[in-house]
Amino acid sequence: MDVLGRYRNLIVLVGVLFAQVLGLAVQVRRPSDNEPTRLIRIWAVGAVTPLEKVLVWAQTSTSNVWHSYFYLRGVRAENRNLKQQIERMNLEQVRMSQDADQARRLQALLAFKEQFISQTMAAQVIGSSGSEQSRSVYIDKGENDGIRPDMAVITADGIVGKVLHAYPSTSQVLLINDQSSGVGAILEKSRLQGILKGTSAGEVALEKVMSDESVPVGEMVLTSGGDGIFPKGLLVGRVTKAGAGSDLFLNIRVRPAADLGRLEEVLVVTKIDERQALPEQTGAARAVDILAGRLPGVPSKPENAENGGAPGTVAPTPTTAGSDAKPKSVSPTASASGGATAARKTAASSPGAGSGSSGATDATKVPPKPVKAVVEPKPQPAVEDSPH
Amino acid sequence: MAITYTSGAQVEVYRFSIPATVLIPLTAVFLQAWLPLRFHFFSFFDLPLLITIGFATARRSPLAGLFTGSLIGILQDALTHHPIGLYGISKTVVGFGASSLGIKLDVENAGARFLLTIFFYVVHEVVYFTIARGLVGLHMAWNWPHEFLSGMANALLGVFIFLLLDHVKQRT
Repeated sequence: MDVLGRYRNLIVLVGVLFAQVLGLAVQVRRPSDNEPTRLIRIWAVGAVTPLEKVLVWAQTSTSNVWHSYFYLRGVRAENRNLKQQIERMNLEQVRMSQDADQARRLQALLAFKEQFISQTMAAQVIGSSGSEQSRSVYIDKGENDGIRPDMAVITADGIVGKVLHAYPSTSQVLLINDQSSGVGAILEKSRLQGILKGTSAGEVALEKVMSDESVPVGEMVLTSGGDGIFPKGLLVGRVTKAGAGSDLFLNIRVRPAADLGRLEEVLVVTKIDERQALPEQTGAARAVDILAGRLPGVPSKPENAENGGAPGTVAPTPTTAGSDAKPKSVSPTASASGGATAARKTAASSPGAGSGSSGATDATKVPPKPVKAVVEPKPQPAVEDSPH
Repeated sequence: MAITYTSGAQVEVYRFSIPATVLIPLTAVFLQAWLPLRFHFFSFFDLPLLITIGFATARRSPLAGLFTGSLIGILQDALTHHPIGLYGISKTVVGFGASSLGIKLDVENAGARFLLTIFFYVVHEVVYFTIARGLVGLHMAWNWPHEFLSGMANALLGVFIFLLLDHVKQRT
């Protein structure tokens, strides 16, 4: 009895430690991935996240009021820059949509099935796990909002992670730089596939790429779609280091495109559609039309149009249903060059030309190339070449 | 900076009110989860550990220390995606050790607190590392310079936090 009294503290310590080690062993033996979330986690999350939500809300509101009503310095210049950026991106979109059209035609020939992100939900990052060893964050959307485990989480820059646990009003997102995460990835140019995993230092490594392959630094890494969580073609990051590894595989380090250390808002992919690729008559706006829109307009003269139109003026044939095409002035040089060629090519290769097919309507459609911004091809007015 | 050996009769034992006992650890865990998102450097710190050490050295009761450490650790574990118990075991050991040492040493001055925090920070990391690698199978790399620098940073913050805790602790 004396011994028990004397070593009471030590005995309690050993008992508490033994109970925790036992609990740990049970959890390791039966991972809780497929089991309901443990009650203790629900309590802890329920105790901490409401305060985080309130703080994030207060911070966002204050920031919004300040930036929207008081701090407007430089907005005019920023607006001008953004407009210029939109013009540049419109031109880029033309090029990309032509590539996409070609890819779709090839995919249709191969009976290829495409994956589209058809529905996303914006969510705010409200907290982290608070541990350097567990790289995960909490978002302010949960089961009640339709979030489920294993949904992909992305930003406009690149992928972020996947939903690990969905609580009633919050969710835990496992980041791609965590040790236990795994993402199917593919190198953009060499098309080598590997598995993206986090390291203990919080870096991202591309594993299982054979050491006899050559991987240049700077090459882009995309999702391969092989993990069943991320659709194919989303941007992951860039290769920062590639060298010989310890085994038969290369040691490749990847810098994630999304800034995982400063996440504020993310998109949860709540629905992914898979469908057979169809050769669509999407017909994005032509580069020549965009360039023409930047030139000073020539007022249209109906009487001239009846007489065949002025030189250099293209009168579009209203064959496209729902098209909002208007007569546009283009320089003779421009209409005679790339634009006309492109229109001819499109008409020749697309059986449904001029049918006014709606094309992709999903705002977050994922084209075969890596995308950072969401683009939607517009219906193309059927423009016939002007006689010269 | 004197760490003096004192007898059990000489040391003063403090206690904390129930609201302080509940709210201070909860706030520490909350800040630990929230601040690294805004200030990335904050992931170096382990606020719940500092609170565990602070409570344990003030109460000077090994049982109270180990239970406080255990509960704070389990709460911290619940926010991660790792099995519950990793932080729980580490902080149980630290809570027990800090309160046991608090009986033997005078830990009322800043220098002693600074050294004590560095020591228990390293103990905490060693226990965590051992369990994470040996029992859970996590791949972790031990880095002495990183651990020592983190220990120093935590000790500096700890000195300020212990000063704040001095204002809420009550003489028994």
